[in-house]
Amino acid sequence: MTTKDATYNYAIRLGDNALILGHRLSELCSKGPILEEDLALTNVALDMIGRAQALLKYAAELEGKGHTEDDIAYRRAEINYHNHLLIEQPNGDFAHTIARQLYLSVFEYLFFTELEKSKDATLAAIASKTIKEVKYHMQHAIDWSLRLGDGTAESHKRMQKGLNDLWMYTGELFEMDVLDTYLLHQHIAVDTIALKAKWQSEIEKILREATLTLPEDTYMQTGSKKGIHTENLGHILSEMQYLQRAYPDAKW
Amino acid sequence: MVTVDLNTQDVYNLIAGIPDPEIPVITIKDLGILRDVKLVDDTCIVTITPTYTACPAMGMIEGQIKEILSAHGIDKVKVELTYTPAWTTDWLSQEAKAKLKNYGIAPPNHSSCSKLFSTAEVVICPQCNSKHTTLISRFGSTACKALYKCEDCKETFDLFKCH
Repeated sequence: MTTKDATYNYAIRLGDNALILGHRLSELCSKGPILEEDLALTNVALDMIGRAQALLKYAAELEGKGHTEDDIAYRRAEINYHNHLLIEQPNGDFAHTIARQLYLSVFEYLFFTELEKSKDATLAAIASKTIKEVKYHMQHAIDWSLRLGDGTAESHKRMQKGLNDLWMYTGELFEMDVLDTYLLHQHIAVDTIALKAKWQSEIEKILREATLTLPEDTYMQTGSKKGIHTENLGHILSEMQYLQRAYPDAKW
Repeated sequence: MVTVDLNTQDVYNLIAGIPDPEIPVITIKDLGILRDVKLVDDTCIVTITPTYTACPAMGMIEGQIKEILSAHGIDKVKVELTYTPAWTTDWLSQEAKAKLKNYGIAPPNHSSCSKLFSTAEVVICPQCNSKHTTLISRFGSTACKALYKCEDCKETFDLFKCH
């Protein structure tokens, strides 16, 4: 493994997280519970697509085979995607979407704050832009967690259910494999294990204020670093890649 | 073949006035999107930076830069995108802020926001100058704006978010 190869894979992982979440949130376009919320969710989706474009473009440069970010986004098979399992989970009801956003945006806030210090100049530059955007995503998720948790009995119940259902996918956020460790030693990657305690205490603090409870520890489902996904990713890809698969090199 | 004798400052001046596609009263220079112009051999390299990572105006701005320079006989143009230093509303001049206000968009009223929670900030209505305004949504019609309403004149308006 060379640093270049490892960084390519690292950029793919980060790019996939942004790409798949961008796609998931785009599904809510025109389906938001209120107009302002429709705008908010699609704004977050747009930030994600922008981040995916930047990261996958960098991956394509590192790969050096003349591919573009679009080739990477649309022409890989499921096993070659490395987004977190949490990200590919369906939107569910609004509370479920907010629970996913809360877990992720707090994680991303901590993650990109560290990645900004990366020795890889491109990743650090992308992180410094991303962190500004993530603050909005996190504030949005916190605002809604408080309103739903401390809202009606029904909104409270649904928010707690969303948090409970998704808890089993949060362990993976902090996993470090050989690639992560290799790049961590070169001061390129982030030490995610070190972020766990901080993340959990932040989430716990928000949930307490929202009159919600941190889900109990359970079996943690992992696999995305090896390309092993839940069934949901295949469904996303069949929709997302349809045009490029059916009409390769289609342009408009 | 057109022979061109322009220096980097001339090129900069030619493209500095390109309006932002989404807020046409301010230019790419006002916004701080236009970062640098270089002439390397016979190629003109223009560096721009996006306001937000996914700013959809980037492609259009690139097209306009090439179009204007081509009309002045410069055909070898490369537009490069940089993410560093990250764009900030601190780069907006007082003049640019005044233009935004006249256009009906409340300008960002303090410099870069390191604070996470800034709901307490006072936003002045660009229509009637009232300080009695309320946040409707942190996310507005474009990535760089939030939606507010004025409790006095009852108009809704965009705030150019501090970033």
